[in-house]
Amino acid sequence: MQDSAIRENENQKEGLVEFSSAAKKQFEEFLTRYDSKRSALLPVLHLAQEEFGFLSTKVIEYVARLMDLTPAQVQEVVSFYHMYHKHPVGENHLQFCMTLSCWMAGSHQLFKNTCSRLGIKAGEVTPDGKFSVQRVECLGSCGSAPVVQINETFYENLSPEKLTRLINSCKEGDPKKP
Amino acid sequence: MIKQTHHGRNMQAMDLDLSPRPGEKRVLLEHLHVPQIQQLSVYESKGGYSALKKIFAEHWSTDKVIDEVKTSNLRGRGGAGFPTGLKWNFVPKDTNKPHYLLCNADESEPGTFKDRVILEHLPHMMIEGMIIGSYAIKAAKSYVYIRGEYTYCTDVVERAIEEAYRAGYLGKNILGSGFSHDMYVHRGAGAYICGEETGLISSLEGKKGWPKLKPPFPAVEGYLGCPTVVNNVESLASVPWIINHSSQAWSKIGTDKSTGTKLWSVSGDVARPGVYEIELGAPFQTLLDCCGGMRDGRQLKAVIPGGSSAPILTAKESMEMTLDYESIASKGSMLGSGGMIVLDETRDLVQVLKNLSEFYHDESCGQCTPCREGTGWIEKILHSFTERQARAEDLELLKKTSQNMIGRTICVLADSIAMPAISYIEKFPEEFEAYLKSSDQGRAHHG
Repeated sequence: MQDSAIRENENQKEGLVEFSSAAKKQFEEFLTRYDSKRSALLPVLHLAQEEFGFLSTKVIEYVARLMDLTPAQVQEVVSFYHMYHKHPVGENHLQFCMTLSCWMAGSHQLFKNTCSRLGIKAGEVTPDGKFSVQRVECLGSCGSAPVVQINETFYENLSPEKLTRLINSCKEGDPKKP
Repeated sequence: MIKQTHHGRNMQAMDLDLSPRPGEKRVLLEHLHVPQIQQLSVYESKGGYSALKKIFAEHWSTDKVIDEVKTSNLRGRGGAGFPTGLKWNFVPKDTNKPHYLLCNADESEPGTFKDRVILEHLPHMMIEGMIIGSYAIKAAKSYVYIRGEYTYCTDVVERAIEEAYRAGYLGKNILGSGFSHDMYVHRGAGAYICGEETGLISSLEGKKGWPKLKPPFPAVEGYLGCPTVVNNVESLASVPWIINHSSQAWSKIGTDKSTGTKLWSVSGDVARPGVYEIELGAPFQTLLDCCGGMRDGRQLKAVIPGGSSAPILTAKESMEMTLDYESIASKGSMLGSGGMIVLDETRDLVQVLKNLSEFYHDESCGQCTPCREGTGWIEKILHSFTERQARAEDLELLKKTSQNMIGRTICVLADSIAMPAISYIEKFPEEFEAYLKSSDQGRAHHG
């Protein structure tokens, strides 16, 4: 059984999915922004992902209850947008832009090298839980290509050397702009 | 559960030199170099919010605002180039439904990163334009739909909105005008199609970003079935200048039909990629000079002028064109978003097109068959070329597949790869033929 599947199983078994009180407050605030409750779904899913790490079936069911939607309605939104994770990701989730300007600046090679260095493929997490990798489409950093987005931060104008330094600093738990 | 490492989120703007270059005409970016211009007090010290004050002090009617923007002939800067004032004018004057203004900050067109500069440094200029636009179309609420990956922009804009509330530019009875307005940020979650205005509306409604069939147009039936205007960041950021200086002053810049300036984001094989503000109608060479010319002294081969959806231009066509809607259209391409990608002599255009086909296949929302299947076919055929498995008839197949996608879908995502594909084949046939010549046709198979 895959690591991610095991973790999801554990999450399921715990059976306790609930927002913290701070997240509940944020949730209530989100609802005030819109003239329809469903409109708050994207921000609520972002919040849920921040809160629970990824959007497991249990989390989707919880969000559906909060939003007066069916789990299927939430699931179809989760699966449509690539920023929502259906499986756990690493502490440092490396997202490589593969589109034209980054590709011209060597992003495919950066991606390949990183995968072989970390011993993982797209969608996998390193055994220590520190890293995962994903290919993504244009991030709007074409002028400062190539870009790798780690969690929510862009690292631009990367070279193989800079990326190595960046990954090393992530390993040490103190990510630094190379 | 794994807790993600904190990467000092939102600490930095785009890693790019934004200092002005000779040849630029900085109108929107006039104060970009001013330190902390993203802060309200600094923006105000440079004349910020004077357009909004002017409208209320001089008791402009909503029609007068719309007319002024219409007269300026400002065209939408997101890609379609539809006149902004005309869009505002389509909102019915006699409904009792709420109206909405949506700012499209879902910048996702490959090669485009110009709105990021406004979002990161000049959020108040966009917000001021949004308040004026909302007043013009009588919208009580507006949303800035920012692509989910732009977390730094999101924080800058949210802070700016808070500042605007505190200063009385947002909220109840703005500047004593009787006009009340609320503004919010809405984060996307990673989908190119949400930059299409009806896809954006679906997404804001909490659904998949599926585009909707037009008509009805959003101006009549948009967000939650109510009259809605969707404008690009740059378009809205142009509005305060037009109100301050008059539509005549705006239309004096540029050409007769393409008025004002345009932000160009240039990437690829130039010495100095970046964002440059150029008067519409300027020669292509002006922009290339801003970029310091070609990188490493190489020769220009081709230009994708307006984002990856724009058909490709040869070096000769590029050197002949001027940077305005009409000239670029006359060369068979489009100004689009102004996301220019420059390609030098070393680039393999079959590989370039294949890269783009992967993007469009991945980003097709799957709603319409010609797009869902066609984007996949284009990718597969191009893959057979680059893997040297293509048959002689595959070039024709690629062309026919592309032609069958154009104009047959709800939105233009299908056209956005089909039209470029045809242009690459027509303008650079020798590159495709070279692959055919070296193709291992004997063992060719398709799956």
